This record gives sequence, structure tokens and C-alpha cells, in this order.
Amino acid sequence: MDTDRMSLSMVQPGQKVRLVTVQAGRGLKARLAEMGLVPGVELEVINRNSAGPFIVAVKQSRIMLGRGMAHKIVVS
Amino acid sequence: MTLTDRKTITIALTGNPNSGKTTIFNDLTGQRQHVGNYPGVTVELKEGRARCDASDVRIVDLPGTYSLTARTLDERVARDFIIKRRPDVVVDIVDASNIERNLYLATQLIELGVPLVLALNMSDVAKTAGIEFDLAKLSQLLGVPIVPTVGHKNQGTQDLLAAAAAMAEKRDSYQPVPAHFGAEIDSEIEKIDALVRRTRPDLLEEVPGRWLATRLLEGDQDLRRKIEADGILPTVDESTSHLERRLGDHPEIVMADRRYGFISGACQEAIRSTIEWRHNLSDQIDAILTHRVLGLPIFLALMYGVFEFTFTLGDPPMRWIELGTAWLGGVVSGWWPAGAANPLKSLLVDGIIGGVGGVIVFLPNILLLFLAIALLEDTGYMARGAFIMDRFMHRIGLHGKSFVPMLIGFGCSVPAIMATRTLESRRDRLTTMLVIPLISCGARLPIYALIIPAFFPGRWHGPMLWSIYVIGIAMAIVAAKFLRATLFRGPSTPFVMELPPYRMPPLRSVLTHMWQRGWLYVRKAGTIILAVSIIMWFITSYPKKYAPGSDVAVAETQREQTPASPAQPSGPAELSIQSEQLSYSIAGRVGHAIEPALKLMGFDWRIGTALIGAFAAKEVFVAQMGIVYSLGEVDQTSAALRDKLQATYSPLTGFCIMLFCLIGSPCMATVAITRSESGSWGWALLQWGGLTLLAFVVTTMVYQVGHLAGIGVG
Repeated sequence: MDTDRMSLSMVQPGQKVRLVTVQAGRGLKARLAEMGLVPGVELEVINRNSAGPFIVAVKQSRIMLGRGMAHKIVVS
Repeated sequence: MTLTDRKTITIALTGNPNSGKTTIFNDLTGQRQHVGNYPGVTVELKEGRARCDASDVRIVDLPGTYSLTARTLDERVARDFIIKRRPDVVVDIVDASNIERNLYLATQLIELGVPLVLALNMSDVAKTAGIEFDLAKLSQLLGVPIVPTVGHKNQGTQDLLAAAAAMAEKRDSYQPVPAHFGAEIDSEIEKIDALVRRTRPDLLEEVPGRWLATRLLEGDQDLRRKIEADGILPTVDESTSHLERRLGDHPEIVMADRRYGFISGACQEAIRSTIEWRHNLSDQIDAILTHRVLGLPIFLALMYGVFEFTFTLGDPPMRWIELGTAWLGGVVSGWWPAGAANPLKSLLVDGIIGGVGGVIVFLPNILLLFLAIALLEDTGYMARGAFIMDRFMHRIGLHGKSFVPMLIGFGCSVPAIMATRTLESRRDRLTTMLVIPLISCGARLPIYALIIPAFFPGRWHGPMLWSIYVIGIAMAIVAAKFLRATLFRGPSTPFVMELPPYRMPPLRSVLTHMWQRGWLYVRKAGTIILAVSIIMWFITSYPKKYAPGSDVAVAETQREQTPASPAQPSGPAELSIQSEQLSYSIAGRVGHAIEPALKLMGFDWRIGTALIGAFAAKEVFVAQMGIVYSLGEVDQTSAALRDKLQATYSPLTGFCIMLFCLIGSPCMATVAITRSESGSWGWALLQWGGLTLLAFVVTTMVYQVGHLAGIGVG
């Protein structure tokens, strides 16, 4: 059911979403997976102000995503 | 119990970065630590000793890693150590407040089959937040003993040691919990495992077959290369494609997912109430420090503060060390009462004490810089700094993480180049290593301190020094961009970093952190600079124009008998002898020989000779200039030398000297460390050659243009 897929960059701070997939090469996908960003995991956007890092909470840790990576992460 | 009953147990310490591993290592080993070399492992590792009941324990601190997939150098080092060096037991430090992510490494260690003990660290903070761990249950689910610890209060560490020793004792009976990745993947693993068993059973002496098969499915490049010729790869590739089709993703991703699934399940059963507590205070602090408008200015202010701190606080200790080295020189000179111009004396006083002393003088400065950096790192601020810098670094093709090595480079290139180990991509790493010498390091300060007051009026001093630093940074940016566009072309590494919560680190760990880098600087002085100082002494002293015993040599001896004081330099005749000697020596002759090239930059043979000396260590430049101008022993505060320079050269030349020293000819220690960190002489020589050529070109251009335009020729 493909209903409400969007890229993580569209998500507002405080919102919780689930990771669907990462549109990137295998290396990056694996790297993100190791840090906890696996399909199905719940993410909460903490900070997305353009001057600061895009911060997403994954389980109990916080991950900084830079340079448009949030665009590549598809969530719903 | 006889003495022969005591054996040595080797423990390898692993854990995520920020898990408190280093604190626990320090708790366990105290002062008894040092750095060691391990064959088969590409970097040096810290090791220490502890005692547990009847056994001697050797603890090796592996680099902090998130996983063992060997994507980064640190991961590779950790994995290589565990596989090749076979520690008796591995202790994984797990951050209780971030447990699921931390357990990822643990699952990989379980798959590797090594005897394992987990330390549940920072368990005090977890307790205060109301998180309850059913350790017995968790231990059972994971199949390994778990010991709660509070590293920064040194609680639980002895229990941890005991548990590790006990595990080492019965290591042969350790049965790891088997890892399951779901039916499809498991069956492919079995298939590959069986194939490896048939064709390369020798590999199974080091690692379990299932682990090998798992790694192959994940696409481990090192392993693939290792078994290239054995006909296993086609099956692996086939399995991989098959799984990709069935599961919708590369097995590597799916397996990561399954590991987290396993962890999640175990944690759900054994842990109650996971609340988002630890980030609240951090969020509030971050609201200001990474504020949309305030973030960057705050960062710049902090950086400025770091440098202020380094320079002002570092000054008094520097003076003391200067006095100390002078005193030592005097004492050693005094050992030869009325002797001839003794080569040994000259070697000791001028060569060694002068050379090495010139480097040690900077130790306070550098330690303070490293202290400030350690503090910023351990409190967690550096992660934010790396992000703030990433926006700029990205535009020149570098990663935000390159920022910390470059910052360290303001102190000394040696620890800076070593700090590039945190960079994941080899391209990023090499680019950063090659441009770090362009950042004006502490050793160049005496050169600027000599030249700026000699040529420029008082109110220009600050801005001139500032401009040299800025030029260095600007050149580093340009060089990095150039390298990334040519030699190290390729996509830039994505920026993904964990954001640790802010914390107040114990002073002891900050100091240890500082000393780890400071020690490298001292060691550089003690080894390379010592060796090269001796060589430089030789080539600036020999061949001697006047044989010992001749009238001239006697006159020189008499000069040396009367203790020289800066206020009353020795007579002109005796000093000019020294200058002649220098001109006659190897260094002097080389200086004369390259004079045509030097003239293009506005230099003469004297500067050339001093520059040759500066190859040993930049600090040596000033002392060499003193000799060349027959001024005896001088340092950068010598008014006599300043006057001499002002009389002989133009401000433009003065500026060009600084420019050349800034850009060109990285010191011997830098070249040596580049070679060892990059793995080949090629890169080190490219660094040296490229920078020197760049320095020559830029300085020539600046001089010629300035000369033509009549700027600073006064």
C-alpha cells in the first residue's frame, strides 16, 4: 500500500515516521543500516533548520544527516 | 599456587565511540599503559596491564567502532586484531542509554564466535531515568555475561575484569548463540559455508565458517580478494542476486535489519521503559549552539578563544623552557674547560640541545591547543562543529570530519595527520593528509616572530601574523579543491554522524586525551628531530675550512671559552670565522649552488642554507640564520639578528621568506608520518615535492610582482 510515502526532508520536527527505503548506493544504505536506519524503524525528526544539521532520532540515538541525505530517505 | 601458575590473559576492549570505553580502559590500567605495535595490524594500539587474582592481564584498547564490517580503517583494525591476534576474551563496552545501537557491534562479535563479555556502561544514568534492565534475561538471550559498570566513577570495573578472566578461563566451552537471518538467507549461508569447507578449509582455522559465509554474502571486499582464485565467488554472487530478488534489497541491508530485529526483540523482553530522557538537556543547549543565526558565530568565537588560550597561556612556560635549554647548553659547554673546539661538544650543544630544545620549547603551546581540542571533543561539541564546518568543507570536496585534523594541524602536523584516521574514505584521508602542512603549525612561529618585527612597524605585527595564517588556510582550501578535482576525483562522502549528547567529561580523561597527541609531538622531537639535528649539525659544520690547531681555530676556541652573552656578542673577527665555516660546509655549498633559484624569490644563499636546516624542523631556521650572519647563538628575539636582516633585505623578501616557509618543504617529521599513515613513500614524496614546488612558484610570483610594482622594496 503505497499511500503516504515521502522523503524524510519533508517531515516536520516532532513528527514520527517509519523508514521505507533509502534511495542511494549500497555502501551508503549499508552504512545507514548499521547505524540503525533499517526498513521499518521508527524515526522522529528533531531538527531541520537549514543552518543546523538535519537530526533524526533512531531508537535512543541521534543521527546527523547532511547534504541532502534526508532527501534520499523515503518514509511513510 | 606456584609462580608458574600465573598466566597472562589478553583482553581486547571494543565498543562504540562515545560509549565510555576509554574511561574504562583507564580505570582498569591506570598508569600502566603504553602504545604498542602489532604485526598484522596497521596502526599502533594502546595497551595496558591489570591484575586479577592470580593472573596478569593485558588489555588492548581497540578503536571505537559501530560495527565490524571493515568499511573504515578503525573497523578493519579492530577486526584484524580480533581475528589475527586471538585475544582470550573480548569485552564490549555498551552504552546503556543507547543500548540497541550499541548492541549491533555485540551481535557481530557473537557471530564471530569470540569469547565475549558485555559491560553495560553508564548504568547509573540509565537507572536515574527509570530504565530497568533484567540483566539475567538479557544475558541469557544474548548468550554472554553482562556486567553493569559506571566508568567515570570506576564502579563495576573490577567485577568486569573478574568476569572477563572467568570467560577467558573457560573460553573453549563458550558456545555463541547462533545467528539467524531468516530462512532464505540462512540457507544461502549454509550453502556457501559448505563450499568453503570443501575448497578452503584452511580459512576455517581463523574464523567460523558461518561467519565467513555471512561476510561473503555481505560483499566484504577483502575476503573476496582473498578467495578470488578458488571458484567460490560465482556461487556467492549467484546467492546474492537471488536474495536481492527475493527480499527486495541487497543481503547486507537485510542482514543489518535482521540483527536489529533480534536486538529489538531481546531488549523488549529484558528492558522496561525506554524514554527519550538523555537528550533533553542537550536539545536545549543545541537550541543555542546550533541556532540558525547564532550557530556559526558561536563556533567562530569558540575557535578564536581556543587560539587565544593557546598563545597567551602558553607564553610563560615557553620562556621557562627557553631558559632551561640555554642553561643546559651552558652546563654541557662547561664540561670542556680549556679544550679545543671539540666536535662532541659542538654536537651536543649546538646540534642536539639546540635542535631538540628548539622543538620542545613549543610543547606548552601545543599541549594547550590539544587540551582545548580534547575538551571540545569529549564534551560532544566537536560533532556539532564538524557539521557546521561540513557545509564549507563540502564545497572544497572534503568532509566535515576533516575539520578536526586541520585544527590539530595548527599545533603540529604529526598528530594532525594521524587524526585523519577517522575519515572513512581513503580519498578524503589522502587529500587531507597532503594539505595539512599548509596549515601554519607551531614550529613556524619563531620564523614569523623573527621576521615580522624585523621588517614591519609595530601596528602591522598583528595583522601580518593573522594574514599568514589566513593565507595558509586559503592555500589549503585551494590545494584540497585541486586535489579533489584531479588526483582524488570522485564523489564526496555523505555526511552521517552520530550526535552524542553533551556531557561533562572527567578531567582525567580529557588530560589523557590531550596527552595522547602531545606525546606524539614529544616523540617526534626525541627521535626524528634528534636524528636530523645531528645530520644538520654535520652538514653545517663540515667540511671545516680551518683545521683544528691552526691560528684561526685557536682564536675560535678562545672565543668559546668566554661564555657568550647576548648583550656582548663575541668579537667580529671570531664570528665571521663562524660564518665562513658555514659557507664552506656542505649546507653552505648547497645554498650557494641553488642561489640562482633563490634569487628569483628574492633570497640569497644564506637564506637557502637556513632553509636547508629548516627541513629538520622549521624551528631550526632561526638558529641557522644566526650562524649565517655570524651572530653566534640567537633566537627569534635577538635584536642583532633583526637589525642585520633589516639591513640586508627588503620587507618584500621578508614576507617571501615567511611565505616560502609556510607553504613549502614540510619538515622531516611530517614526511615520515605521512609515509607511515598513507602506507607508501609515494604520497609522502608527492607531499614534499608538491608543496615545495608550489612554494617556489607562489613565492617567485609574489616577489617578482612585488618587485615590479615596487611594493615593500623599501
